[in-house]
Amino acid sequence: MANAILFDSTKCVGCRSCESACAEKWGNPYNEKIAAEEKLSSHKLTAVVTKGDKYIRRMCMHCMEPACASACPVGALVKTAAGPVVYDADKCMGCRYCMTACAFAAPTYEWEARLPKVRKCNMCAERLAAGKPTACSEACPNEATVTGERDALIAIAKARMAEAPQSYAQAIYGLNEVGGTSVMMIGPVPMAELGMPGKLPTEALPAFTWRALEMIPSIVTTGGVLLSGISWITHRRTEVARAERNERKGARQ
Amino acid sequence: MTVVTMPRKRFSLWNVVFYSILVTGLWVTFQRFYAGIGAVTNLSDAFPWGIWIGFDVMCGVGLAAGGFTLVAAVHIFNIEKYKPILRPAVLTAFLGYLLVIIGLMYDLGRPDRIWHPLIMWNPKSVMFEVGWCVTLYTTVLFLEFSPMVCERLRWRTPLRWFRIISIPLMILGVLLSTLHQSSLGSLFLLVPHKLDALWYTPYLPLFFFVSAIGVGLAMTIFESWHSSKAFNHRLDGSLLESLGSVLAVVQSTYLAMRLMDLTHRHAWGLLAQPRPENAFFLLEMALIAAPVVLLYQSRVRNNARALYWSAVLVIMGFMTNRLNVGVTGIETASGVTYIPKWTEVAVTLFIVAIGVGLFRLAVTYLPVFGSHEAVATETEKVYSQGKVESRAA
Ligand code: SF4
Ligand code: SF4
Repeated sequence: MANAILFDSTKCVGCRSCESACAEKWGNPYNEKIAAEEKLSSHKLTAVVTKGDKYIRRMCMHCMEPACASACPVGALVKTAAGPVVYDADKCMGCRYCMTACAFAAPTYEWEARLPKVRKCNMCAERLAAGKPTACSEACPNEATVTGERDALIAIAKARMAEAPQSYAQAIYGLNEVGGTSVMMIGPVPMAELGMPGKLPTEALPAFTWRALEMIPSIVTTGGVLLSGISWITHRRTEVARAERNERKGARQ
Repeated sequence: MTVVTMPRKRFSLWNVVFYSILVTGLWVTFQRFYAGIGAVTNLSDAFPWGIWIGFDVMCGVGLAAGGFTLVAAVHIFNIEKYKPILRPAVLTAFLGYLLVIIGLMYDLGRPDRIWHPLIMWNPKSVMFEVGWCVTLYTTVLFLEFSPMVCERLRWRTPLRWFRIISIPLMILGVLLSTLHQSSLGSLFLLVPHKLDALWYTPYLPLFFFVSAIGVGLAMTIFESWHSSKAFNHRLDGSLLESLGSVLAVVQSTYLAMRLMDLTHRHAWGLLAQPRPENAFFLLEMALIAAPVVLLYQSRVRNNARALYWSAVLVIMGFMTNRLNVGVTGIETASGVTYIPKWTEVAVTLFIVAIGVGLFRLAVTYLPVFGSHEAVATETEKVYSQGKVESRAA
């Protein structure tokens, strides 16, 4: 079963229970000052952001085809069959291409550490494996964040949108963005108005680099053959010229 | 063998600058490894790559492109007349790659794991390709460079081996360079949502490759000029003139491709809007176009100084392009303003200074300008010609 998370801004009251549950799970510090930061960082893997009278949660979106996982040269980031995109700190060499690649600015870095790691939400992969919902979903008092099977969550989202059309913009953010994400969002206004990136391609980002990468084998083979051929011809030509010169010289003597 | 002697001056302004850069660099290096990347850079979660990537790596690799361009010309296309400038170009490329690796040691969060991509594979990653290219091509460059050391030490046996593997090695080097230069462009294919539309195009890898050839030639002209000044040897005018013509063709092709791409993507309209990117873009285009205009005039190509300045323009246009793709073009989408901290600049200068220092050392102690081999064949030719002539007489 592929797990997913649905966040519903209409239901979110901004209590930050998800934030503190997340901090507790990771063993990160949490206090009023950190609560007020309202942005992702290496000690804050989810953030509730206030937009006027509305709230939105920021976190890793656990893309269906994650740009970060395709970017990582050492395979430290992997999309698991269970849904979460997980990170292996023992492999990471800190190139930060994942951070450049991610459309949601989800991976953060321990900039002050001598041996830094990337930090991001892992959708509580270990809790999901034990059959429990994510810490944030469990903490949410209002079902603004729920964990479940992706298709089931899409159905819930559609039901909520149909039931109270005046309270919802009729779009599920994450259904098709960058090829779809496992974290989906609905709310009273389109998510772009709450700070999510607006004009994202619906094609998964890894496809963009793959089109270049898949040409490598043919570049290498064609190039190799071509260069060897040219080199053989040009060198042969010099040899022939030299031989002819010598012959002429010989004839003269 | 011609070992060029370095002019020795005890005190000069340049030496003061040079040593201050070294001392500052060492201090910042200590800071970087003691207190972390955050302490010496203005990088942030929103802006994870700065000038260490945009300049040290992306420009460094490009400026080393003279190596593969001339290797291809001399060893594969067998154009003998470029032979005298082959060695300086190979040396530059080798040093360039060493400096890129040094730069990476600063930029990688875990430089102790720089070897990880060699055993932990992810062939879907452009960065994985980049990692392999850097490793393999630096090895190839080391092998292309070592004959200079072996000649100096008069090690004959390894020299014989080098001659045997020479051609396949050169071909491998050219292929690896092609892949590496273009893959630096491919890195940014992954960010259509971030890189400004003036620069984002599916042809980024091709553009990176073609502009690398151009800047490689420009670097060769640039270096020939400087080494001729520093070591008092004569510039071969006709040789440089012909490099200038090739550069004119490459550079105008590059310019035409860029313009066609912008037209094809209907991107010109962006210039009508008030956007901070436009100024950087126009500067880049001006720096690419100006040398094209200059280099097509034989008056310019035949004047060493004018040719030198045209090459400088090509190099500046190239750097502006790489910094635009790597830094400027990403700023708006990131939502923050990144301006490098002085310590970032200090590290960059430190690395460049190390490079210049190593180059001078190598040129002083190794047969870079003119080799045993070349000298030997020269004498042989003169000798045998003399013989033929005396017989004829
Ligand atoms: S949101 Fe970013 S970090 Fe999370 S899976 Fe997608 S690309 Fe990776
Ligand atoms: S910073 Fe680490 S996790 Fe991110 S792409 Fe580089 S190696 Fe992979």
